[in-house]
Order: sequence, then structure tokens, then C-alpha cells
Amino acid sequence: MSDQSDAASGEGQADTEARAELLDLLCENARYSTEDLARMTGLDADEVEAVVADLESSGVVQGYAAVVDWDRAESVTDAEHVHALVELNVTLDRETGYEDIAERLAQFPEVQALRLVSGDYDFALEVEEESMSRVSRFISEKVAPVPEITQTVTHYVMDTYKEAGHRFEETGDDDRLSVTP
Amino acid sequence: MSLDGESDREAGDGEEAEESTLTPSQRVQNTPPSGIRRFFELTEEMDDVISLGVGEPDFTAPWNAREAAIASLERGQTSYTANRGMRDLRERIAADAERWDLSYDPDEEVIVTAGASEAIDAAFRALVDPGNVVAVAEPCYVSYEPGVRFAGGETLPVPTRAEDEFELTPAVLQEAGAERADYLIYCYPNNPTGATMSVEELAPVAEFCKEHDVGVLSDEIYADLTYEGEHASIAALPEMRERTVVFNGFSKAYAMTGLRLGYALGPAGAIEAMNRVHQYTMLSAPTTAQYAAVEALDSCADEVAEMRRQYDRRRQFVLSRFDEMGVECFEATGAFYVFPEVPDPWEDAGTFAEALLEAESVAMVPGGAFGAGGNGHLRASYATGLDDLKEAMRRLERFVDEHRD
Ligand SMILES: Cc1ncc(COP(=O)(O)O)c(C=O)c1O
Repeated sequence: MSDQSDAASGEGQADTEARAELLDLLCENARYSTEDLARMTGLDADEVEAVVADLESSGVVQGYAAVVDWDRAESVTDAEHVHALVELNVTLDRETGYEDIAERLAQFPEVQALRLVSGDYDFALEVEEESMSRVSRFISEKVAPVPEITQTVTHYVMDTYKEAGHRFEETGDDDRLSVTP
Repeated sequence: MSLDGESDREAGDGEEAEESTLTPSQRVQNTPPSGIRRFFELTEEMDDVISLGVGEPDFTAPWNAREAAIASLERGQTSYTANRGMRDLRERIAADAERWDLSYDPDEEVIVTAGASEAIDAAFRALVDPGNVVAVAEPCYVSYEPGVRFAGGETLPVPTRAEDEFELTPAVLQEAGAERADYLIYCYPNNPTGATMSVEELAPVAEFCKEHDVGVLSDEIYADLTYEGEHASIAALPEMRERTVVFNGFSKAYAMTGLRLGYALGPAGAIEAMNRVHQYTMLSAPTTAQYAAVEALDSCADEVAEMRRQYDRRRQFVLSRFDEMGVECFEATGAFYVFPEVPDPWEDAGTFAEALLEAESVAMVPGGAFGAGGNGHLRASYATGLDDLKEAMRRLERFVDEHRD
């Protein structure tokens, strides 16, 4: 984008397209093999490797994770999972900005996601823990005492229907006829 | 389902099937069941088949369109519409066709039908007289030939060739004797080959039709599923509008097959004639589906683009896999089909397809089911999720390797 010669050349354009396409495919399924990514995009396996490595090293791709239905996971593992969304209100002063508060909160391993949002509150926090009591202890003992935080509202997740683009439902059978014109 | 032989009833459930005294017409008796049907029955008998034989999208219609259909039912909009379809819908269809440089008057030159199927049938019945000859570019969708026959016309097969990438050319038209045809029907992007034709490739076909006064019935139901370049319609070429009827619909691009909604665009006289048939046989296309279609045209372009993107990835995936296993397959650029050659040492597509189904539970349709031009090929549909496609290709590769000498 910033590099004009890059944007001007056809090759630069092709790179941009390849990056966008591979990013899209990785978001869809990060477990696609390099070979399959190559087959789907018409790129060489080497090119795929290079573009993905570049996306990773430049920090565009921050990591890869599975989308898990924890309710189902509970029945096949011992894992207990409680998920909560927490609204945070803060006051800023000359020395402390949003960044500083975020920096402090993000370091807690209990915090799965942290976003600055517009509207009635400032930060939207996602917390994951083994039990409701551990979530509330975390909020009351670790989050609420942060001096800039003026209010917290905790919402426990009761059920999840869709996450990261995936519907959590019984996989629908294909009810199409098996052979049609 | 049928009057004898193919009864839906399980055999041996007590009663003897009654002998029917109703004799099928000569017309029907002369029309064999579709070659696809036999293969469908074979496939249905087996468990865990991965079918690459499906001719409809694996996606569900966009939610916005479904929601509009539901909302219309909630409002109680359950009556007939105008014969030619709701004006709101015809206007949008006409506006949408501008993408392909087609310009039609929503009042006189657009008709909404129960699927493109009904539009095609109405065109045959409205335009074809007994003794008229309709040239059919093959391999093609299975309904054209019986449709012409039901209308009392005669068909003239025009086999396209693998070496022409299954495109229509003046040469193949000439070779088939199509200059004596009254009409030519074809479909690009093509079912079953996945072939497409550009403006440059359509131009000589248009010249041929003008020179020999052949009317054109252009089935463009897969127009939105074009992966290289832009879809082109022959009706946009000079002096072709007045001699062409274009068919399209919502089944493929919008994944709305079960809603049964299609349309035809053409000169006022032809559409009026089709409407004459349509008003007596169908009255109006399904109302609920028309509401869905209005919404589809208003707000579902992104979903269509996303489905196209998914199909395109699968297309490239499948073509790469055929290439890797050494199975010849021309580079299909449209619809959701590829059309590989039968791998060595097989000669016959039907034998191969049955052996593959038997051994590996993968279904592909023998190309001959789509007309003579399809012999020696198989239709593989990639309207199937990538995981299944990967597995199907793995099984196919194993099967092909085992039998290679
Ligand atoms: C080439 C072609 N034309 C027409 C149709 C029928 O479409 P519709 O569902 O609109 O009747 C199909 C469906 O498979 C097709 O492949």
C-alpha cells in the first residue's frame, strides 16, 4: 500500500491478490495444507509458503486457533469452560490513556479478548475460566481494583449459537438427491 | 411416480400392483427415461457414497431471500401474481440483465416462470411447429431434446468437440447440417462440460444464425458462475436481440433450486407467445418465490459473489487434482462441473463410472447421458464441500492408480 512502485507494477497487484486470497482461505480453515492452498489458488506451493510466512512475520496473521463448541467439549473431555463478556468503564487522566489500561488488562491469562469500543462503555473484555465463581473472583479481585476502572458489568454466556463464522448446530444432512441433471 | 414398472411402492408389500388401463401417449412412450435416472438408482442403493453427480448448489439460498419469502407468507401474500410475474420483479430482472449488455422492457419482454425449465418448455411450445428442426448443441442439459419432442418438433444434435473445448463453432454447426434448423438451443456456461464462450467466440455463431435465419434459444442459467472473464450473451451482439430468447433463473447463482423460479428475456412477440402457453399451463410463477427473488436481486450480490468464490476454489482444486493423477480434463471455466476424459484403460464412461462407484463409492455421471458429444467423458460436479471433494479425489486417484498398467 505504502510502496508506490509495488502498487504500480502488475506483480505487486498479484501479490496483493494472493495475500488477500490466502488470508481469506486461512480464516476459513487454517488447517488447509500448503498443497491444497496451492491447488485452490493456482499458486505454486513455494509461493504459498512465502506469502504465508510473510503474513506471519509481518504480524498480519497473529496465530491460529480452533473454533470449539465448549459445551460439546465438556462431554468428551473433563474441561469445564465458563465464558463471560465484561463491560468496563474507565476514567482517563493526563498520565493514563486507554493503551496503558489495555496493556495492564491484556496480560492476565484469563482475558481472552480485549477491545476498545464505542458506546455506553469503553472496553469489552472476554474472560474464560473454569467456573462462574472463578470468573467473578477474577473480576472483583483483579479487574475492578484497577484504579482507572470505574464500573464493571459481567455477562455470563449461557449458550453459543455461532462463533468465528461457524454455526454450532447439528451438522445438517445433505438432503439433495444424490444424482440430478 | 409412473403407471407401471417403476412404481414407488415397495415390491412385496402385500397387494399386487393393479394393471393400469391408462396408456401413456406415443409421445411419452417414445421418450426414454433420462440416462441420469439409472445412475441415480445405482447410487441410491449404496451407503456412504460421495456424489459428484449433483446438479444443484450445495449452498442454501441466502437468508435475506428466504426471510423475504417467509415475510410474504406472514403478510398473507398467497395469491396469484400477474401472468408474467410481479412487476417489481420484472423491473429488477431487466435492470440486472444490463450487466450483460442486455436491455429488455419489463412490461413486454420479460416473463417470470417456474424455473428456467418452464421457460424453456414454454419457448418450445410457443415457437416450434411440428416439423420444425431445433439444433441442440451437445453435450447438454437433458431436457432440451424431450422438450422439443413434446412440442412436436425434431431435434438435430450438434456435437461439440473436446478439441474445441466444447464450444460451438460454425464448423461444428455446418458439419451437423444446422443451416436447415429453425432454432438452435445451447447452454453456456455449460452443463455438463463447464465450458464458457466469450463474445469473440459467440460472434461467428451469431453470424451463422443470421446467415441461415436460425433463431437462438440461449440458456444462460449459469451466467453468474463464470470464473475467467465476463459472461457474454449472444443477444447483446448486433441484430441478435430480435432472434434470441435468453433463459436464466435463480436456481444456480442464488442456490434457490427448490423455489422454482426462472425467467426468459426476448423480443415482445416471442415473450407474448410464451405467455400464451404460460397463462394456460402455469398461470403465474410461485408467488412466495417471487418475493424471495425480489430480495435476492436487491440485497444478495455479496452472497452470490461468495458462493462463486467458493466454487472457483473448488474448481481449481479439482482441476489440479485431475492433472496430478494424469487424468485429462480440459479447463472448465463456468458452472460447477468439470468434464474429465475416461482414464485409461477404460473406454466406456458408463463402465468406468459403475466400477468406480462399486469400488470406491464415488459417483460421477457418464458423459453420454448428456448426448452423444459427451461419450468418453464423465461429469464431476464440484457443488460439494471441499472435504468431500478431497476425499473423492483421493479415492479416485487410488482407483485410477490400481488399474493403470
Ligand atoms: C443448463 C440448465 N438449464 C436449466 C436448468 C433448470 O433450471 P431451473 O431450476 O431454473 O428450472 C438446469 C438445472 O439443472 C440446467 O443445468
